[in-house]
Amino acid sequence: MSELRPITALGADAPRRDTIGTVTITEVDDRAIASVASRAGKGKAFEKAAKTLFGIAPPQPGRWDGGADYALIWTGPDQWFAEAPLATHEDIATLIKAGLGDTASVTEQTGGWCAFELSGGAVGAVMERLVPVDAARMQAGHATRSFAEHMGVIVICREAGRRFTLMAPRSFAGSLHHALGAVARSVA
Amino acid sequence: MTQMNRISGGLIDRSKTVNFSFDGARYQGHAGDTLASALLANGVRLMGRSFKYHRPRGPISAGSEEPNALVELRGGARREPNTRATVAELFEGLDATSQNRWPSLGFDLLAVNDMLSPFFAAGFYYKTFMWPKAFWEKLYEPIIRRAAGLGSLSGEVDPDLYDKGFRHCDLLIIGAGPAGLAAALTAGRAGADVILADEDFRMGGRLLAETFSLGDAGGSDWADGVLAELASLPNVRLMTRTTVLGAFDHGIYGALERNADHLPVAPAGKPRQTLWRIYARRALLCAGATERPIAFRNNDRPGIMMAGALRAYANRWAAVPGREAVIFTNNDDGHRTAQDLAAAGLRIAAVVDSRKEAPRSGDYPIHAGAVVIDAVGRKGLHSVDVRRSNGEVSRIPCTTLGVSGGWNPNVHLTCHQRGRPEWDAGLAAFVPGGVLPPGMTVAGAAQGILSTAGALASGAAGAVAALDALGRKAKPADLPRAEDAPVSLTPLWHVPGKGRAWIDPQNDVTVKDVKLAHKEGYVSVEHLKRYTTLGMATDQGKTANVTGLAVMAQVSGKSIPETGTTIFRPPYTPVPIAAFAGRSAGKDFRPVRLTPSHKWAAEQGAVFVEVGMWLRAQWFPRPGETHWRQSVDREVLATRKSVGICDVTTLGKIDVQGTDAAEFLNRVYVNAFGKLAVGKVRYGLMLREDGMAMDDGTTARLAEDHFVMTTTTANAVGVFRHLEFCRQCLWPDMDVQLISTTEAWAQYSVAGPNARKLLQKIVDPGHDISNEAFPYMACGDITVCGGLRARLFRISFSGELAYEIAVPTRYGDGLIRAMVKAGQEFDAVVYGTEALGVMRIEKGHPAGNELNGTTTALNLGMGGMVSKKKDCIGNTLSEREGLNRDDALNLVGFRPVQAGDPLAAGSHFIRKGAEAVAANDEGYLTSVAYSPHLQSMIGLGFLAAGKSRLGEVLRAVNPVEGAETLVEVVSPHFVDPEGERLRV
Amino acid sequence: MLIPHPLLGPRDAQEFTYLGDASLIDRPDWQGEDAAAAFHDYLYQRDNPAGLHRELWFHEQGDRSWLVVTRNTLTHEIMGAELARDVARARGRGK
Repeated sequence: MSELRPITALGADAPRRDTIGTVTITEVDDRAIASVASRAGKGKAFEKAAKTLFGIAPPQPGRWDGGADYALIWTGPDQWFAEAPLATHEDIATLIKAGLGDTASVTEQTGGWCAFELSGGAVGAVMERLVPVDAARMQAGHATRSFAEHMGVIVICREAGRRFTLMAPRSFAGSLHHALGAVARSVA
Repeated sequence: MTQMNRISGGLIDRSKTVNFSFDGARYQGHAGDTLASALLANGVRLMGRSFKYHRPRGPISAGSEEPNALVELRGGARREPNTRATVAELFEGLDATSQNRWPSLGFDLLAVNDMLSPFFAAGFYYKTFMWPKAFWEKLYEPIIRRAAGLGSLSGEVDPDLYDKGFRHCDLLIIGAGPAGLAAALTAGRAGADVILADEDFRMGGRLLAETFSLGDAGGSDWADGVLAELASLPNVRLMTRTTVLGAFDHGIYGALERNADHLPVAPAGKPRQTLWRIYARRALLCAGATERPIAFRNNDRPGIMMAGALRAYANRWAAVPGREAVIFTNNDDGHRTAQDLAAAGLRIAAVVDSRKEAPRSGDYPIHAGAVVIDAVGRKGLHSVDVRRSNGEVSRIPCTTLGVSGGWNPNVHLTCHQRGRPEWDAGLAAFVPGGVLPPGMTVAGAAQGILSTAGALASGAAGAVAALDALGRKAKPADLPRAEDAPVSLTPLWHVPGKGRAWIDPQNDVTVKDVKLAHKEGYVSVEHLKRYTTLGMATDQGKTANVTGLAVMAQVSGKSIPETGTTIFRPPYTPVPIAAFAGRSAGKDFRPVRLTPSHKWAAEQGAVFVEVGMWLRAQWFPRPGETHWRQSVDREVLATRKSVGICDVTTLGKIDVQGTDAAEFLNRVYVNAFGKLAVGKVRYGLMLREDGMAMDDGTTARLAEDHFVMTTTTANAVGVFRHLEFCRQCLWPDMDVQLISTTEAWAQYSVAGPNARKLLQKIVDPGHDISNEAFPYMACGDITVCGGLRARLFRISFSGELAYEIAVPTRYGDGLIRAMVKAGQEFDAVVYGTEALGVMRIEKGHPAGNELNGTTTALNLGMGGMVSKKKDCIGNTLSEREGLNRDDALNLVGFRPVQAGDPLAAGSHFIRKGAEAVAANDEGYLTSVAYSPHLQSMIGLGFLAAGKSRLGEVLRAVNPVEGAETLVEVVSPHFVDPEGERLRV
Repeated sequence: MLIPHPLLGPRDAQEFTYLGDASLIDRPDWQGEDAAAAFHDYLYQRDNPAGLHRELWFHEQGDRSWLVVTRNTLTHEIMGAELARDVARARGRGK
């Protein structure tokens, strides 16, 4: 492997973890991501190939679902983000493209995003100070794009009311982490 | 000082003493007091001065409608002007100051305005300060500014934190009086998501201020019981100290929660206030009603207040303005105050009831058919003059006067969309009418149901109906027996007579002012308001507007509904600007985006510049460099001489895939992409549909059905939006998929004669990047530094032999360190946006200054690129005659005739000898830079028919700075015009 | 404001970017007769109705769908929203 050393979105050697009050903010740095968009007129073939490759059907609008290696997040009409462990899927776009062939357009997104997991008792109070979507009503399996503090984010509910992942374009990592900490302190 | 006017009872906590000061004097109150109630308890009635006449004033209300008792709270940077003492919660160490007086509240020199009142009648600003014109700025305005205004700002940065948030609910209940509590209980028990918001620090509304019981319990005890049950329900959220300030589109409400205004200082890291955006599927307005005054001569004396407020101070706060009270009323509710005060041990000197039939409410003198005609006691009431039904006038000593002119439903939020309140003759008041905000209904006193039993029942019914509209079943909560007196009132708005009778005490609008406005022809209520300033103060005329309208109706001989109505706008009560800003203040005003090389650049001491949200390195100063030009010149020269590296990640990158991807690019770029070979890059120009240049950049073909487009940094978002519009709205069946990859790759430009040599040390040996194998405009996948996946593009913005190299973003930091190390033997530099800009100007590449929304492909010298053989956005309208004239602007270069002369971007070109006026304008300079290569300022700009005017000498005129420079028109390609360096 | 997204339900208008009249979908044929005049009208001529207005909104901080929203300009009431792609197809647009 290359002699170059990667750094995290926050510019460090290892991901960050902060606990403020009852909320823990954990930087997620071990996921490979690719966007997957089904090609025009290839819907059926795509679904079949996707089920074979991912082990799950592509989720409906506003939803995400997880299989053995891959999780799929609906991000727009005919478009999903596929997530897999970085350690085993570093070249994720090539791996997926090989499985989906000409049924889909696949684009590497790993470096495009930063992600933070929020967990703990006051997570509901944090979420309602961050995003306009009704996070209190989100169930595990719900995911949606919105904004937080002028940044576009993907909100993924892992466990209703207790565990969420927020993804934002990677260049925003410092600002998003700062905002998460400020809000967590304000409700701590 | 003892609390001389503290009586027994009340809902204050006497076990907790709270020390505070007002205008430097120290007092004590109790937990549960407001500043106003504590001051009254301490015998202080004078709390402020009026806006215009500086009249001594005390509180007239016990709530947020207060127009008079405006004070400054706290000191230093936390000083907060125009705070209503009637809602300021007392806390230990509270430091309050009166305002709008000089030198002191008791002795105010500007009270001379009161003597000069004949000059300050309605519209005095418009009449008095008209002439001479020159006096306005120098004399009138400074004087008015000093005399006007209420409190003053500290001028310091607010040290507190403000938060914001979003809440969703099935039912938002605004106001926690009897109607709101009954509604919350009904909806809460039915399992609906309920938010109950109340501006007070204790919920219960009027129940806290009354003595009557609900069922077997006292009003406040019943409220406490209900609140305890509501607090136990997980689906009900109680928001005390929260003012719902506005009703906006589609069921969105704004609410201000005062988290820490009742504390000396907010706890570290915690907000002082939070601005909530509440998404309510339904809303029930239970905002209660506000008592209104009856205007009579000198009705603004300290000690005179609304009868209901007097009752609230006595019952809830055990505080009274004085021990001898007179009540002046036109309705039965005024008598309730007399009864409560008598029971509390006050001497009721008289109840003056304007009605001929006055109820025999208690054992005190009751004057039926009588009115108060004057009040005596400039800084504090000591007697009132009463005219009996037989015309006899007598003076009655008293230290407080309670006035009740009836109650106005709080319709404010019903007006925030299109609602216009309607007149209810039975109540003699406006009730909600017209189109209410979507999803809103009204209950209780706000709806005009003024009895407690009625409020309870309408609140419960309102909740049932609201949930029914959401498809949920609920049954009304079981409600206690309660007072159910009908409204009995004979309207009386003002007592005719000499002297000034106040309608709007905060803006000092009197009955006379309204009459004068009528006499001067102001027919519309809206004009009346603006002319007299009635209702335009910080209280929005909550106690004044209806009375003002009624007086207007009277003088014009019309009915009130014929005269008009009065509506209200958000916010319900004043909201600090800081609360609107929330966390977006100071350094957190907006987020910043950091480039992959940011950490390294910061270590080098780079100077950063904001480019949109991006923070980019502008230049990299080295030891000994004291001026930015030294750094930039060095970076440019070193790049052109050997090699330079620049982070170009911020340029927008859009992945375009699909079987129709090439055709899609044909339609959005003026030039053709269909025949671009895989492994090649092409420059593209994109137009708007009107033919103006929108953006430009290079697009690489990675596979038959896969392209990567680059956009300018500034337009990345807009171009993506435009492409999605084309894809979804114009050509919905094209097989094209788009996704931004701007940040998925860390991308660096490596430019200069030694660029290849440097890269050959980085790129893994298996990849041949010689000129033959990887010529100008080639692109391809490579690996670097021992197997890392990367992309290489041979493109140039600087005009030098150049590449852009991209690696997965997390390796961007490692790559720049590796390249800097590899470049040491070549004296490689890393350059910032300034050097980037200098080199592109030297090369004559257009950028944002040239693609400024008013320029066409022809203006930019790229008219020939616009294909006529295909459809593309903008090509039809770019053929318009007016855009293709012979004297159209052309992008050309400029140099000062005298090498050392300055050039200023934005200068306009004028012929020698012609006057520097718009009619002689021939174009303008868009970009200038100092070229260290030419040792001169150089510029790019647009000149009429410029391409055919090379060699001509013109004036570049800069009228803003009164400067001009003689310039020669030259080719825009200052460096390597043949483009040989690119291809070596 | 709340935009009733056909796939995602009511969403805050802050997530959206506004473009304008939905007639921008009806881009003229570049080879049609009098194409210049048709493009001129397409780009510059707009109805300004007091009442129902069909307009384009982009869910920029969301799923990147272009929507056609029908809004009453007098009351701000929103009668509905459709995916612009479906509207475009229904109006005969293809490749």
